[in-house]
Amino acid sequence: MRLKLLTKALAVAAVAMPLTTAVADAAELTIPGTIYRTGPYAPNGIPWANGIADYYAMLNERDGGIEGTKINYVECETAYNTKQGVECYENTKGIGSGALVYQPMSTGITYQLIPKATEDKIPVFSMGYGRTSAANGKVFPYVFNMPATYWDQASVFVKYAGEKEGGMDKLKGKKIALVYHNSAYGKEPIRTLEELSKKHGFELMLLAVDHPGQEQKATWLQIRRERPDWVFMWGWGVMNQVAIKEASSIRYPMDHFIGVWWSGSENDVTPAGEDAHGYLSATFHASGDNFRAHDDIKKFVYDKGKGHGDRDRIGEVLYNRGIVAAMWTSEAIRNAMRIHNTKNPTGEQVRDGFESLNVDAKRLAVLGLEGFTYPLQVTCENHTGPGKVALQQWDAKKGEWSLVTDFYSSDRDVIDKLIAEDSMAYAKENNITPRTCN
Amino acid sequence: MLFFLETVISGLMAGVMYSLVALGFVLIFKASGIFNFAQGVFALFAGLALYDFISEDGWFYDLFGFALPVWLGIIATMGVMVIVAWLVERLVLRHLVNQEPIILFMSTIGLAYFLEGVGDILFGSDVKPLDIGLPQGASDYLLDNYNLYVEKLEVVAAVVAAVLVIVLAIFFQKTRIGRALRAVADDHQAALSVGISLRTIWVIVWSVSGFVALVAGIMWGSKSGIQFSLSLIALKALPVLILGGFTSVPGAIIGGLIIGVGEKVAEVYAGPFVGGAIENWFAYMLALVFLLIRPQGLFGEKIIERV
Amino acid sequence: MFYREAGQFKTSYKADQAIFTITQDKFFVGAFLVIAFGVVPFFIDDYWANAILIHVLVYALAGLGLNILTGYCGQVSLGTGGFMAVGAYASYKLTTSFPEMNFIIVLLLSGGVTACVGMFFGLPSLRIKGFYLAVATLAAQFFLVWLFNKVGWFFNYSPTGMIVSPPREVFGFLITGPEASPAVRYLFCLSVVTVFALAAKNIVRGRIGRSWMAIRDMDIAAELIGIRPLEAKLSAFAVSSFYVGVAGALYFNVWLGSAEPTEAFDIFQSFFVLFIVIIGGLGSILGSFLGAAFMVLVPITLKTIMVDGMGFAVGAAKHVEVMLLGALIIFFLIVEPHGLARLWQILKEKLRRWPFPY
Repeated sequence: MRLKLLTKALAVAAVAMPLTTAVADAAELTIPGTIYRTGPYAPNGIPWANGIADYYAMLNERDGGIEGTKINYVECETAYNTKQGVECYENTKGIGSGALVYQPMSTGITYQLIPKATEDKIPVFSMGYGRTSAANGKVFPYVFNMPATYWDQASVFVKYAGEKEGGMDKLKGKKIALVYHNSAYGKEPIRTLEELSKKHGFELMLLAVDHPGQEQKATWLQIRRERPDWVFMWGWGVMNQVAIKEASSIRYPMDHFIGVWWSGSENDVTPAGEDAHGYLSATFHASGDNFRAHDDIKKFVYDKGKGHGDRDRIGEVLYNRGIVAAMWTSEAIRNAMRIHNTKNPTGEQVRDGFESLNVDAKRLAVLGLEGFTYPLQVTCENHTGPGKVALQQWDAKKGEWSLVTDFYSSDRDVIDKLIAEDSMAYAKENNITPRTCN
Repeated sequence: MLFFLETVISGLMAGVMYSLVALGFVLIFKASGIFNFAQGVFALFAGLALYDFISEDGWFYDLFGFALPVWLGIIATMGVMVIVAWLVERLVLRHLVNQEPIILFMSTIGLAYFLEGVGDILFGSDVKPLDIGLPQGASDYLLDNYNLYVEKLEVVAAVVAAVLVIVLAIFFQKTRIGRALRAVADDHQAALSVGISLRTIWVIVWSVSGFVALVAGIMWGSKSGIQFSLSLIALKALPVLILGGFTSVPGAIIGGLIIGVGEKVAEVYAGPFVGGAIENWFAYMLALVFLLIRPQGLFGEKIIERV
Repeated sequence: MFYREAGQFKTSYKADQAIFTITQDKFFVGAFLVIAFGVVPFFIDDYWANAILIHVLVYALAGLGLNILTGYCGQVSLGTGGFMAVGAYASYKLTTSFPEMNFIIVLLLSGGVTACVGMFFGLPSLRIKGFYLAVATLAAQFFLVWLFNKVGWFFNYSPTGMIVSPPREVFGFLITGPEASPAVRYLFCLSVVTVFALAAKNIVRGRIGRSWMAIRDMDIAAELIGIRPLEAKLSAFAVSSFYVGVAGALYFNVWLGSAEPTEAFDIFQSFFVLFIVIIGGLGSILGSFLGAAFMVLVPITLKTIMVDGMGFAVGAAKHVEVMLLGALIIFFLIVEPHGLARLWQILKEKLRRWPFPY
């Protein structure tokens, strides 16, 4: 397998040696992908990047792109490093007639791009990560973080915990621990959880884990001592695997251990083997490859030998996350083409496409992704959309994730207030006058 | 009280895991005065190579159609590490004889980059769950009967480390090569003048530290799967090193134990009051305090300076 | 042929002590500065500014700082990332607390704060030496990053701990924030770096610089001839940290615009600056620039060649890039352990006799 890949790479390199001057089609949709297939977070970055790349490739092969215009998907390696992300952004934003949308795939790069891309009028689509308060489209006109934010997830976790305890009022006096990646990403949910702990009267225990998180003994010893009723985790990379292993070692009940949707892929649970059985994580889409879109990817991309990853890894959680990201992005571009009646939209027009995005169940069925995720509608004020989250559970025996809940809505009272507060603080610091939406 | 005991035990165990990495540093520093930053990457590389030999989705399986049993895989990996050591001596060290320590340090960082790239190209960057049959999880017996939480893997690591140190001690004290190694560590020129080949010694030392790296790679790899992050454990070994002294094998072990216990106790008992995640800097602070009292580390050779 | 000093006589001590004693050197450096200040700003675009030039300039300044400490005073430090964080956070606190304050003053004050912090963490250097000191400075690195990540006051209690640089002007030109033009930001960085490089050159030629070098070459001997190690080492830490702090402030405000402590100022930042200094040449002002250019440009060049030129998949290209970078580092160390600056010097020596070497 790997031999083949390498020989293929070498052959491609040899053929392409005499500078392949990219033949710029008259109209091409440039979508850069700041991905990471190297560095400490590569194991998670690879399936995610493959999902995105394969979906675009499938659109190109099957439909000839979006509405007949080819997609030029340009990958750029960041190694999850902000500085390389800057280089990638500057390098790719001018390709063709200009980049249409960025998916930064890292919190650091998202923060980096928010002001820059806004200035350059290119939308940033940080799907379920990045800056939560970017939900306020009035302050962040070019940033989209649908379908739900970290704060939504924090709130849904609390809701789920309350439900299992037998009512939100039962949470009083309970203890919830948050094990988080000690970075901007991991710190996101803290404020929401603090608010919620005031509201529902549970005790919150914060446990930071430093990058990369290979050694978490002290963290789990504290959990063992304090015996919190629930453990939430905001982890990424090797931290997830170690945490799940440690949790099973101290015999923490797995069905009381909930990970954010970046802590719930096959990579994270398989090293712990049988012990990970019952572990919960958030999600907003299904896993598995039994959708028509997957069949099309296999048929139009992999059968032609143009796939980016292993065929048997299609349908993994992070792979599907790539698909859903590419799907919403391409739908937004399609939308922009329709609204502005053009074959070659600009970044600004794609923004409009995002702001009137409405992918309902019917549309999902047309796309071959029936029931893959929930209907999504984005507006000018609300860049997050519905903010719904479901929980999936790992079945170690079958080796697959399955949805165990419906899609919950989050506690809007708490979250909307926090979003308004944080986005207005940003607007004030950076002299932004919030625009009006009509 | 029981919990305190648990914390201390966990600390000791974690310390052993750090020591496994620190040992490799000490061996090379002792014999050649090189601060080998590539030690962490060595562990990663060894782990990757081992996985490749014993699993069914590696080069080896592609080429020959079967995977090696674990023990044979370990031997084969050892062979790879010897080749790496030989290449390092041949291509790098030989050309940098007599350079300042910081230049040699820098060259090992270049080496770390190189091996990292090679490892990724050859073996890919996915997580590779390494399972060579080491016990996993908490010891049920202790947990059920005494409510004491001890990780089995770490007990194995402690035993392995102990055996490793004993083997190294015998190797250093009782064998011809060991004597030559000690002679080189004492004085390069004097060793040369009595007919010890520095180059051979270097290859041997780097091979031995490659072996130590393999052991560290197996232990850490069993814990979290073999992946890029493994190379970052070198950072965990540095405070152990300065605390124990760069030149002392027992120092690496005892330093590891002190750092392990210190950081776990600090994190568990003081961490919650200051916001947590103090382990990393606390380990370095602890080492720094020891250094202020003994500038050459607990067991380091006394630095004598003459004008 | 073109580069010879025959016929250039020095008639005064002043001429003998000049920074550039050879007319051709003066001319060359002058022309270089004219191009950097007068021509480049007209052609600069976002890519060149953000990905390359400002990137190189900021790291050159940090390299200068570390070179003062490591190259001139012989104290190896791995705390550079932490000290850059001090500079960045000091500037953030200053500029958000006093929005009216001139940004140049903010920059200098951030440098000052960093100098104080640097001196404090330099204290162990009086007792600990060599690699023991290097690893001990990691205590500063990890502690400072932890501090800025944990204490809300430093990041104005933003929910993530991310700091974002607000837009600020210097002499009516916007230099931070997304709307600042690349040319202005480049010129600002270039001016700061030029002034600081000139200052560094003169400090290291003076009394203090000489005492640093004496300490570097052998501290006991230096002590015997009457140099106070306390004074010399701590002043090296102070000056070095000042530079690093200013570099950190530029790095955060002018270059990146936003930063989180655990990623932007992590330990690899420290290593990166150390690479710059060693590859460029320890104890050389020019070396810091060459080293920064090398460490920034080589990966980008390799990437461009492999991805755009040869059509490699980006992931594979990255692996090859890391591998080649490692190989190049080793190669240059073997060719010239004293760094690129020394190579440049050898080249000049050769050039003097060209085309008739003996």
